[in-house]
Amino acid sequence: MKPDNYTILEFPSRSANEGFARTAAACFAAQLDPTLDEVNDIKTAVSEAVTNAIVHAYPDTLGKVVVKLRILPGQVLEIAVRDWGVGIEDVEQARTPLFTTGSDERSGMGFTIMESFMDTVKVRSKPGKGTTVVMRRSIARRAGR
Amino acid sequence: MPVICQEEGRCLTASISGELDHHRAKEIMRELDRQIDAALPRSLRLDLEQLTFSDSSGIAVLLRAYRRMRQLEGSMEVCNTPAQARKVFQAAGLEKLIQFAEKSE
Repeated sequence: MKPDNYTILEFPSRSANEGFARTAAACFAAQLDPTLDEVNDIKTAVSEAVTNAIVHAYPDTLGKVVVKLRILPGQVLEIAVRDWGVGIEDVEQARTPLFTTGSDERSGMGFTIMESFMDTVKVRSKPGKGTTVVMRRSIARRAGR
Repeated sequence: MPVICQEEGRCLTASISGELDHHRAKEIMRELDRQIDAALPRSLRLDLEQLTFSDSSGIAVLLRAYRRMRQLEGSMEVCNTPAQARKVFQAAGLEKLIQFAEKSE
C-alpha cells in the first residue's frame, strides 16, 4: 500500500530514546487529528515496542533501532519497529501475558498492551537476525472535517 | 525528585511524578523500596496525580510495591490515576489485585 506520508527514525538502543520515540510518533500522528486518547494509545504502544527492542534485542550491546511511521490511505497509522538483535525464538510465547525473559522491573505485559491499544500487531522475528513489530491503528475522522 | 514521600503516623504517601517508562522505572523502584523500608508503614498510598505517562513499566512498579506491602502485612491504595495510566493498568487486569481510589476532581 502506497503511504500518503512517512518518516523514519533511527537511534541506538539507549533507554533515553524511549521517550523520544513515543513523542516523535505522537507528533507525526498529529496530522491525522487524533483525539487525546488516540495519541496516548499510540505513545503507549510505541513505548512498549521500542522498549522491547532496547531491553531484549540488545541485552549486552548497543544496536540500531529503526522506527518507520507511515500514514496509509483511510487514516491508518502504521508503526514498524525494527531491530537487528538477538531475535525471538518463540513469538507466541513472547506474546503471552506475563511472560518475560527480563529482570524484575519488567512486567511481561508489553505485547498485551500493544495488542489492546492497536488494531493489529504483527511480529516477524528470526533468532540471531532481529525482530520487526508492525502495528496499525486507524484514526477516526472527526465530525466537522 | 521522581518520588516524594510524606509520613503521617504509619501511613506513607508516595507521589510519583513525570513519565514512568523503562528508562526511569529502576530509579523509581529503588526510591520506593528505600522509602518503604525506612518507614515500614501499615498503609501505602501511591499518588499518581503528577504522573504524565506510564507504559507497562508502571505495572511492574505497582506490583513490586504491592508485594512489599503484603510482606509487611500492610495495605496499599493507588489514587489520582490519570486516564492514560489507568488504561494501561486496566489492560493488565491490575484492578483485580490492587485497590484504586477514584480520581479526585
